[in-house]
Amino acid sequence: MHIRTRRLLSIAAVRGPRGRCWRSLLFLALLPLLLAACGQSDSAGLTVTGSTSVAPFAEHLAELYQHAHAGTAINIQSLGSSAGIQAAIDGVAEIGMSSRELKPEEADKLDELVIARDALAVIVHPANPVSKLSLKQVQDIFSGSVRSWSALGGPEQPIDLVIREAGSGTAGAFDELIMKGKAITITALRQGSNGAIRQVVAENPNAIGYISLGIVDNTVKALAINNVAPSVAHVEAGTYTFVRPFLFVWRKGHTFSPLAKQYIDYVMSAEGQQELQNLGLVKGPASP
Amino acid sequence: MKERSISFILLITAFGALVALGLITYFIFQAGVPLIAKVGLWQFLAGSTWNPTAKPPAFGILPMIVGSLWLTFGSLVIGVPLGLAVAIFMVELAPAWLAVVMRPAIQLLAGIPSVIYGFIGLTLLAPVIRATLGGPGLSVLTGAIILGFMILPTIIAISEDAIRAVPIAVREGAVALGSSHWQVITGVLLPTARSGIIAGIILGMGRALGETMAVIMMIGNSLAIPVSPLQPATTLTSNIGLEMAYASGQHREALFATGVVLFVFIMILNALATTFVRRPGTSRRSA
Repeated sequence: MHIRTRRLLSIAAVRGPRGRCWRSLLFLALLPLLLAACGQSDSAGLTVTGSTSVAPFAEHLAELYQHAHAGTAINIQSLGSSAGIQAAIDGVAEIGMSSRELKPEEADKLDELVIARDALAVIVHPANPVSKLSLKQVQDIFSGSVRSWSALGGPEQPIDLVIREAGSGTAGAFDELIMKGKAITITALRQGSNGAIRQVVAENPNAIGYISLGIVDNTVKALAINNVAPSVAHVEAGTYTFVRPFLFVWRKGHTFSPLAKQYIDYVMSAEGQQELQNLGLVKGPASP
Repeated sequence: MKERSISFILLITAFGALVALGLITYFIFQAGVPLIAKVGLWQFLAGSTWNPTAKPPAFGILPMIVGSLWLTFGSLVIGVPLGLAVAIFMVELAPAWLAVVMRPAIQLLAGIPSVIYGFIGLTLLAPVIRATLGGPGLSVLTGAIILGFMILPTIIAISEDAIRAVPIAVREGAVALGSSHWQVITGVLLPTARSGIIAGIILGMGRALGETMAVIMMIGNSLAIPVSPLQPATTLTSNIGLEMAYASGQHREALFATGVVLFVFIMILNALATTFVRRPGTSRRSA
């Protein structure tokens, strides 16, 4: 069962861009309807809005919850972390989702709950002899100043970079956690989903890319950075630090609707947490 | 009475299509034009840096315009000779049974979803190109070859019709003058059907320019301006398709503005195609 859902998710990830074209087409065609619908809020259901990285997981748990409790309506909207945070501050959505830490001015207005954490892994082709890099080397590779594998103990081959497109949460996390603001070279190949990056890297012996730790499988090799391998154990021990939190946020002092309370309880229950870990996420820090 | 109500219903349906076109045009321009006005038309079209989420952001779509031109030109280089050859073969040379097999096969080629073409380019062609010619494999060349095949049905169907529509008298006249079959084809049929063939090529070009899904999968989507067919590139369409999901604010407006540019490109191509679609021989006779 778990393996099946995981496979479904990764298929969905590979097909991501297609879904997106659809979404933008639909957006165009239905814009007037959407605008009209925005004015009404659904009083019976629960709206959870925000990060596109968190949304698939929240959606998965919402489906499981709704399956077990017929007649409940949980609406997950995938609009980006900032939009989710704003929606929570404004009270438009009861729960906001964020895949980045709150800024101080946001934290003043919101309470947060870490539902899980996600680590970034730098991946190469399994046949690549390189298996570890320093953070500086990763930065040099992605900023374009190191262009051949021979400079890193590999063969005399050019390095093909594979990155996510501007705006994606994973790209934002990579820029912040690993590049630390350094610009990525414009010659990098861009792909529309974690799954697509994994596929391109799996087929190209010269490629290097980054994806969520949960998406790493045996078709690619995850590199150790500063001698620490990306693994759930190292994330939990705090030694692998390229990690972002997946947050639920809500307005300070907000009284939850019964459904919101039950949904959050389900997400944090042993069963919900196990689901998230089966999908490759790491559980939040020990404190409640 | 019944006749009238049916024709009224059909009229409404026809208007539905017009209204949809009008709405699409309105929304794209309404969402895109303000950003072009703010950035400046020249800056937008000729700027070579696209970094919509940087501070300050840069909105230059020259890499995508160049990418679209490269890819469209490349697919025509592959698709036009091949398509024309098939059309001539189907009309002039193919035995009847073979034409019966080929026509549905070509129609099937048009019916294959573009994501399948993209998948073939990504998993079969790209590794071969990387291994034999170098580069990352996902490149203008990979995209152009597959896209060349994707536009074949359009070029074949319209060229075939144009060649078939050449009046029998013209052909008989050429044969009566002692021309060989090949001379009839190159000296009479092709020149006479020229306007139809060009219309087919332009429609194929529109297809190549507008293709999105397959292109995202095959072309690598890098933001550098490609200087060799072995390098990756981004096109106008693939960038919209790739970035739309997570775009917000100005970034989203810039993607709509890219759509405006694409819209104008396609309008020009369609206008050209319409001028070329005349009855074959018309332009010939008036000349």
